[in-house]
Amino acid sequence: MKHKVNKQRKKHWRGWFVAFLVILVYIWAFQGLPFAEIKSTAGEVTASIFSGLLHPDWNYVYDPEGEDLLRGLLDTLCIALLGTVIAAILGIPFAFWAANNLSRRRWVSGSGKVFFSIVRTLPELILALIFVVAVGPGSYAGVLALAFHSFGMLGKLYAEAIESIDFGPAEALAAAGATRLQILWFAILPQVFSAFLSQTIYRFELNVRAASILGMIGAGGIGTPLLFALSTRHWERVGIILLGIILMVTMIDLLSGHIRKKLA
Amino acid sequence: MNRDRLQKPSNIKAYLTFILFILLVWGSAVRVDADLGKLILGFPEMGRILREMWPPDWGYFPKIADAMLETIRMAILGTTFGAILAVPISLLSARNITRSPILYLSARLMMNLIRTIPNLLLAALFVAIFGIGPIAGIGALTLFSFGLIAKLTYESLETIEKEPLEAMTAVGATKSQLIVFGVIPQILPQFISYVLFTFEVNIRAAAVLGLVGAGGIGLYYDRTLGLMQYERASSIILFTLAIVLLIDYFSVKIREKLI
Amino acid sequence: MIQFKNVSKIYPNGTIGLKNINLTIESGEFVVIVGLSGAGKTTLLRSINRLHEITKGEILIDGQSITAAEGRELRNIRRDIGMIFQNYNLVKRSSVLRNVLAGRVGHHSSWRTILGLFSQSDLDLAFRALERVNILEKSYVRADQLSGGQQQRVAIARALAQEAKIILADEPVASLDPITTRQVMNDLKRINQELGITMLVNLHMIDLAKSYATRIIGMRAGEIVFDGPSQAVNDQILAEIYGETMSDEEVGAYAR
Repeated sequence: MKHKVNKQRKKHWRGWFVAFLVILVYIWAFQGLPFAEIKSTAGEVTASIFSGLLHPDWNYVYDPEGEDLLRGLLDTLCIALLGTVIAAILGIPFAFWAANNLSRRRWVSGSGKVFFSIVRTLPELILALIFVVAVGPGSYAGVLALAFHSFGMLGKLYAEAIESIDFGPAEALAAAGATRLQILWFAILPQVFSAFLSQTIYRFELNVRAASILGMIGAGGIGTPLLFALSTRHWERVGIILLGIILMVTMIDLLSGHIRKKLA
Repeated sequence: MNRDRLQKPSNIKAYLTFILFILLVWGSAVRVDADLGKLILGFPEMGRILREMWPPDWGYFPKIADAMLETIRMAILGTTFGAILAVPISLLSARNITRSPILYLSARLMMNLIRTIPNLLLAALFVAIFGIGPIAGIGALTLFSFGLIAKLTYESLETIEKEPLEAMTAVGATKSQLIVFGVIPQILPQFISYVLFTFEVNIRAAAVLGLVGAGGIGLYYDRTLGLMQYERASSIILFTLAIVLLIDYFSVKIREKLI
Repeated sequence: MIQFKNVSKIYPNGTIGLKNINLTIESGEFVVIVGLSGAGKTTLLRSINRLHEITKGEILIDGQSITAAEGRELRNIRRDIGMIFQNYNLVKRSSVLRNVLAGRVGHHSSWRTILGLFSQSDLDLAFRALERVNILEKSYVRADQLSGGQQQRVAIARALAQEAKIILADEPVASLDPITTRQVMNDLKRINQELGITMLVNLHMIDLAKSYATRIIGMRAGEIVFDGPSQAVNDQILAEIYGETMSDEEVGAYAR
């Protein structure tokens, strides 16, 4: 009986201790805030932004001469598409490497997984910065950055899809005298194909969002004109670009969701 | 049965989709000015960068420690404020709590709208409003967290058990009593789990928001890469990685205990 | 012809899978193996096409040792042996025809089959196999849209498309209802009689075994405890196979 009471008391103390820690953390967090440094023009700027949003620069949408919104959005979509496709194509063979039900030895698939983890932890923006240095500013750097990062993401997801398949048909084919390649093609691939496709399309959705801001660091797409408009305080243009991005992302999301639902 | 009467299903739809796909990819490659040659030429450059990145400049760590702490602060506050904002909106978006379609549809619309704006863009806007510094970052993270937590929470809300709620309505509870005593106890562990998850995401996000001046360690990326101090850049990457892994580890542990 | 010569299988943890099996099965026989679960029926069957490895002895298929074969030689021996599983093991998302054509992979190089370059004779074989099990009209249907009995017939068609000389069936009817069970067993019997394909079937229903087999092999604890014509199976032999400790009702259940 005493034992039980002691345990409850212990839990009681633990709860208070955790709450105390959390409060400490928050005090520390708030301390770092330079509240005094908020610009006095904050209110004005917010007002300008909202007015810019409500009166977007419709002229920017289509300009037959040079740069315009549609071209920028198209660039963004192309960057996202190419990056996703490259990542998918490269990711498939690597995923087979990492799937732990395909290799005979543990360390083979383990090293594959670690490789993917390393590739995955680098944020796309930083990768983009590095690629800009390597291949110069522009859309190509953006494609490479997205491809690299998505490769890490898709590789892991593909490997997980492979690990969850039913091995029965593979066994049946082995019993019929099939080579490893044939088993892969006839028994394994059909099972994972729709999962692959679904993951890839979702990744494309995410990449469209990422691609729209890559331009802000020089890697192509609508981000570059957006940054320019922001720094020159051209709020109507910011407004129309924002509108364009929101529309594009929403449409891609809807399309992607629709296709993925049909695949399931 | 006669073999000739077998109807082989038409493959045309699949072929056309495939051809369309190839055209789109090809067009994209042309538009993007993709050049395998340029990539190959770029390899030695990338190799040089990679070589310079290792070993990282260990002496740089103390210099960026403050910025890292600022990043963590931003993530904490952004997540917290976002979570607070998410509470009413997620309740409003849940179909089983808010009966009126106008209300829950417009709540969802607002939430989805905010979710489509990329993080860095929000940060840049906030920098324009509040000036360079962590306040802008916190603002951006707040909105982002709000969107993420609200979405996850309202989806969970729609799956809670309705029996306790029905029982409470039967004894005459008002709407707010229903929420406080019926809904919140059920959803609390899930909610905290989502908040922690968002915190994990925010640490990563906060680390790069500095690129547009929104505070945190991201500012130093611009600085070091611009000055070609690659060993310092990799210090930033490693430091961020270490913090992210640490926080991920603890966050996952706590979340496991919640479920 | 299948020959087992002093075959044993001992698992790494000491469990005995097969104990000193000596067995000869002639071409064209319809043999049924019975016994409790864990008696070694599955191990015996799967060691014939080397899905399970043995630790001692040799297994010869038509005079060729499958135990010693590797690589292409192994695949060539395997393609003459068809196998039918309790769970059908069809590729669910592929069409019936594609599943049956997959039986031909042992006869062509990897690249030809991947590019889909099956010859007209392959297609003919596949269609004929489907006709033989009366499921031709479902050729282009996705495999997971068929009933259990239909899927098993597709599996049989796959083995026929292989032009297999031996068919191994591991509890082929365990998941099927009584009527479909009879249909599938009838198909197997018909194939055995019309095409002369050697049949080796694992069953746990002794009654079913007696109606279809010409020869019954009873296994217990990894050993063969009975090998003879199905008529010779009496209650005493049943007790030997399924154990004297079983009560009359339990034995009766197996016999039903």
